[in-house]
Order: sequence, then C-alpha cells, then structure tokens
Amino acid sequence: MSSPVTAADLRDRVRDLLAAHPPATTDRTAFLRARFDAGLAWVHYPEGLGGLGADPALQAGVDALLAEAGAPGNDPRRIGIGLGMAAPTLLAYGTEEHRRRFLRPLWTGEEVWCQLFSEPGAGSDLAALATRAVRGDDGTWVVDGQKVWTSSAHLARWAILIARTDPEAPKHRGLTYFVCDMTDPGVEVRPLRQITGEAEFNEVFLTGVRIPDGHRLGAVGDGWAVARTTLMNERVAIGGARLPREGGMIGRAARTWRDRPELRTHDLHQRLLDAWVDAEVARLTGERLRQQLAAGRPGPEGSAVKLAFARLNQRISGLEVELLGEEGLLYDDWTMRRPELVDFTGRDAGYRYLRSKGNSIEGGTSEVLLNIVAERVLGLPAEPRDDKDVPWKDLAR
Amino acid sequence: MTDLLYSEAESDLRAAVRALLADRAAPAALPARLEGTGPHDAALWRALAGDVGAAGLLVPEELGGQGAGPREAAVVLEELGRAVTPLPYLTSSVVATRTLLALAPAGGPPAGPAAGLLAELAAGRRTAVLALPLTTGPGAPEPGSPTPTDPPPPAGHRPRTPAAETPAPHTIPAPAPAPIPAVADAVLADVLLVPRPDGLHAVDAADAEIRPLTPLDLTRPLAAVTVPADAGTRLAEPAASRAAVREGLLAGAGLLASEQLGLAEWCLEESVRHTRTRHQFNRPVGSFQALKHRMAELWLEVTAARAAARNAADALATGSADAPLAVAVAQAYCSRVAVHAAEECVQLHGGTGMTWEHPAHVYLKRAKADQLAYGSAGHHKDTLAGLVGLPAPAGR
Repeated sequence: MSSPVTAADLRDRVRDLLAAHPPATTDRTAFLRARFDAGLAWVHYPEGLGGLGADPALQAGVDALLAEAGAPGNDPRRIGIGLGMAAPTLLAYGTEEHRRRFLRPLWTGEEVWCQLFSEPGAGSDLAALATRAVRGDDGTWVVDGQKVWTSSAHLARWAILIARTDPEAPKHRGLTYFVCDMTDPGVEVRPLRQITGEAEFNEVFLTGVRIPDGHRLGAVGDGWAVARTTLMNERVAIGGARLPREGGMIGRAARTWRDRPELRTHDLHQRLLDAWVDAEVARLTGERLRQQLAAGRPGPEGSAVKLAFARLNQRISGLEVELLGEEGLLYDDWTMRRPELVDFTGRDAGYRYLRSKGNSIEGGTSEVLLNIVAERVLGLPAEPRDDKDVPWKDLAR
Repeated sequence: MTDLLYSEAESDLRAAVRALLADRAAPAALPARLEGTGPHDAALWRALAGDVGAAGLLVPEELGGQGAGPREAAVVLEELGRAVTPLPYLTSSVVATRTLLALAPAGGPPAGPAAGLLAELAAGRRTAVLALPLTTGPGAPEPGSPTPTDPPPPAGHRPRTPAAETPAPHTIPAPAPAPIPAVADAVLADVLLVPRPDGLHAVDAADAEIRPLTPLDLTRPLAAVTVPADAGTRLAEPAASRAAVREGLLAGAGLLASEQLGLAEWCLEESVRHTRTRHQFNRPVGSFQALKHRMAELWLEVTAARAAARNAADALATGSADAPLAVAVAQAYCSRVAVHAAEECVQLHGGTGMTWEHPAHVYLKRAKADQLAYGSAGHHKDTLAGLVGLPAPAGR
C-alpha cells in the first residue's frame, strides 16, 4: 500500500499544475480538465477520477493555493446537483466505465446534471413514485412519467433518475436507478413558475424515453438504496455554507435597521435581537459541526443546521418585510424569469420572504427532518405504517 | 479560532464528575432530600471541590488551584446542571473566584488577603459569594448606585422612597445598611464579597445578618443579607472593584449557560426515555409524530445551546475581546432552551411530571430561576444591541 498523500505532496502537485498550465494563458476549461487529471479536483476521490485518495480535509488547502494563484475554479453553484449528488452516487454505484465517462465533464461544468426524483404525487414519500421503466426485449428501458421541482433541468445534459420497474413489489423494493440522457426526444422540460414569479425549477415529462441498460446504477430493484446515497449527500449541501457573523439573511435585516432609523419600533427591536441571537447560535452550530467533521467525529448536527437555516430565513425575511413598512407592501419585479443561480439573500425583502418558503421544503421537508432526528438521533419508535409490505400497485394514491 | 469541541482532558474531567454525582447525587433521590436536612451535602462538596479539584479549576497553580480555566469549569457545570446538584459551585468557584482573580494587577496573581482567600476557595476549604442579588447581570449598575440613564430628579421633587420619610438632610444619621435581597448560597458561605461605593470588601459571614428566604429553586438557597457598614477587609479601590465584579458576573453568566445546557440535556433524555416506554392507545407515546417532533425540536435547541455555551466558555478562557458578546448570546439563548426543555419534560411525563416524587419539578424550578440569574435574557439582549450596533428606537 502506498503511503498516504500529504499536504506537502499536494502543494507539489499544485505547483506542477500551475507551471504546466499558467492560469493567465490557459483556457478555463483546459485548466479545469488539467486540474481534474492532476487529481486536484476532489482530492479524496480515487486516482484517475479527479482525486488522489487523500484525506478530504486536505481539499481546502488545495483550493486556497489555486485561488491564490488566480486559477479559475469550476462553478459549484451552477453544477451543485452534479457535484453534490450525482458524483457521490456515481462513485458509489457506477461502473468503472460510468465514472470515467461522467465524472470529468461533471466536475469541469462542461456537463450539467439534474435530479429526476420528486413527482407530483411523491415528495416526502419519495418511494411512492409512479414513473415507470419497462424493459424491452433488447434490454433497453422505456420510461414514462412526470417529475417536478427539477432544478437545472433546462440546462442539464444528464439526469439521475429513479423509476418504478416492479409495481407488484412493495414500494421501496420495485425501484431502479438510472442515468437519463436529457437530450433524448422523449424528454420535455417545462418551466415551473413559482411563488416568487420566477421559474427556477422545472417540470419534466418523460414520454417513451429510451435508456440503455448500461445506464443503470445498481441492480434492478435496488434503486432505493442508491437513492439514499444521493439523498444523504443532498442535506449536507443545503444550508451548510460557512457564514461570517451576521452573514446571510440576518445581515440584510441588520443593515436595514442601521440604515433606516425612522423604521425602528420597540417590538421590531426585540424581535430583531432575538433573531440575531438565533442566527449567531445557528452559525456557531454549523461551525461546531465543521469542527467535529474535521476532527473525524461526524455528528448528526447536519439536520439541525438545515432546519435552523430554513426557519431563520423565513423568520428574518418576514421580519424585514414588516420593518420596511410601506415599502414592505411593494415587490421588486414579477416578471417571469429563469435565474441560472438562486441567491436566497438576493433581491428585495419581499422576494426573500417568498423564496425562503421553499427552504423548509426543498432537500427534505422540515417535518421529515424532524422525524429523522426523532428516530435516528433520539431513538424514538417509528410510527406504525401499513405500506411496507403492500405491493405498490395496491397503495392508495 | 474558537474551539467548540471538548478536549480529551475535559472529557476525562466530565467522566470523573459524572461518576461522583451518579454515586452521590442521583436526581431521583433529590426530591426527598429537599425537605430533610436541606439540599446541601458537605461531604459531596468536599469530594467535588477537593478530591476532584473542581473548585480550583479557575485558580492558578501558584495559588493552590488547578490552573485550568473556564472551559473546564463549564464541563463541571454541565454535569452539575444535568443532576441539578445543590452545590455552591457557580457562586463560589466561578463568580466569587473570578471576581477575586480579577483584582490582580495585570499579568500577575492577586496578592494580599485576596490571594489567601483564593487559595482557600480553590481547595474547597471555604466558600465565598458575591453579595449581590442573583439577578444581577454583568454591567448592571450595583444596587444603590445612581442609574446613568435616569434623569436627575426635578427641583423640589420628593422621592416616595423610604428615604423621603427621613427628616431633613442636615439631621440624617448614617443610614442603616439595607438588606441585599436574593443572595444565592449566602447561607452556605464563609465569606461575603461585598461591593460598596468605597470598594470591594471581604466580610466574614458570621459578621453579617443572613436571613434565609424560601426560594423557587430549592437547590440554590437564597438569603437576604445585611452587612454592617464597617464590617470586613477592603480588597480593592472602587474602580478595580467595579471591574472585578463585572468580570465575576460575566463569568457567572457565561458559564451558567453550560449549567443550563446540562439541565436541558437531562430533561430531553428523560423525556425520550419515558415516552419510549410509556404506552397509551396501544403504542409507545414516543411513536406519535406530534410528540416526536417536540422532542426533535428540543434536540435542535440543545444542539445549538451546546455550540453557544462552548463558544462562551472558550471566549472567557482565551480572554477574547469577543467574550461579552459570546456571553450575551449564550445567556439569551441557553436560558430559554433550559426553561423550554424543563417545561416539556414536565408535560411529556404527563401526570408523573406533576408529582413531587419525580425530579422533573426540581429541574423546572432550577431552569426558571436560572432564567433570572446573572441577568435576564432581556438584559443580555440590551447588552448585545450595544455591542453589535443595533440600537433601540429613539424615545420611549
């Protein structure tokens, strides 16, 4: 066994990469490809797949060195689903061919990914999904159904998809996981206009979409296990950003308070201070989680961070609308737009108030997260359920 | 950067304190004790303070202490909170000790009578308390001092206070000292640290009148303390005294957050334990989503309270300029969490939670009293408003 990769090894590799591909004169995509090939994309991934099998804690040092040298980065927010959800799933369940084909353009951003999971009838109860995949005589799967809340579908080259392959089996057992080609003629992406007026998400209609069996991840009927890998990575991604004190929503509200003394009332002052305390404590909770991870002792605090993030955003943005008084009655722009990036703290208070309503739904509803905390962290008994051993086709829908 | 985790040494200390308390101060036995000989257990105090060395954690080794600091004391307080142990740890080993330490000239340990007293406190041979109401928060004006925000009384104003009943000014004799209300652990203390306009005084408890009061929280005795005006030894000038008292109260408020954290943790764990085993409607009541979510909410709060309490303890330990802010945040947050956890604990235990036999009420009483101790949440939020530049509206 080779000795573990050290921070010094990585510094050498960064230096070599920068020498061979000077950022000032190298095309952005070419640089990102070279970085991937040097194993400096995500250093904990295997060699040849963008990594070196190093300790993930060493990534931050690499990122800092490259940023210092003015190297272009990939665009983690634009390709977040690929990076956060598709990549770890491909790594865990893909064949060697899948990994070699998909991971590099995924990481460089040349290919955007989306996630065809949620359906109009299957959100929190994801395993109830109804999109069907039927295997033809030639082994190809034919997929029909409708997905919803699909971020980036209009930009995506590939999708991770779960579909039902056995309606006779209980709902968790009849699912299979695929990689879906979004350029297939049977894939139709329609913008889904939402509460804010813009269309950040999509509905995706799948009509006779043909997926070769070679694009299956995991065994037939094993899709739930694969999906769980994806979902575990999703929650870490939402609300986990490191914030400075007064970062995020509270920073906007505090600035309004400071800049607009004429808007202040005693009631709003007390509520703002309460929110400030809670935001600071949530920030410290996230910081403590990161320190635990860095010390190799991951805790269950991830769910806490996501839940707190959702609540704070909703409470503080609502408070800011009130604080603004007459201005709070106004909205900046109802024009239907398709933002490529979503900034929860962007635009005006009214937008933030409305957009934050999604924070307690997307990436696991707060109710589901509370159940997870109650059952997996506290060890409280599960509620009795009657859908476990019933064939999916016999369930109420 | 702030270290929000527990070190190995801190975990060892926790294990030692927890083992001692499990043996000698089990919560289940507490309700019965409260009415007997009184909650205080002198032998347990000797074991914790002397044998474990907990009383001297904040005191430098050259004064006979452990030379540790607020992070370690916070761990002890988490355990004392978990067991709602009735010991004068917070009042004597933290607040009084930190006040005395703050009298030291910059860089050195305190000298003179304060040094001798610190050594005694560190060894657990004597206890001391700051003779202020338990509700006094860091930076609060001391009783009897003019409040800077109060405008001067208009000419000809006759205050309707007892002073108004005294004869005309030129005949006033030296006023009799007023009792200081709600001084915590004074009934156990050997020494009272008394802030007076002319500085801080150490007064032998035997020289003061200490009238026990009936406290809401039976585990932290309260007394009205009257100290003769000329009693005691002066330890510090007025300015040094005020600064030291502020330091003592800041440490008290900041580390109280750890006691509140431990208390909340116990309440959550007991609620989970109870609702897992208690059956109604042919199911464990803990399987009902409505109850599960309430306990999950508490877990979120306890998780966040731990980050806040650790942050305060670490800021106090490093002497960070951020300490007043970290303490204000921790107090504003943790006092709320402890009360919520204790209230939920009573409710989730159903009728059992209302009985004297079950210790839930002891936790509720401690949590509620802790909410007032060393400054209310409102006091700490006012402090915060000043520190982070979020001023109150002008006018009233």
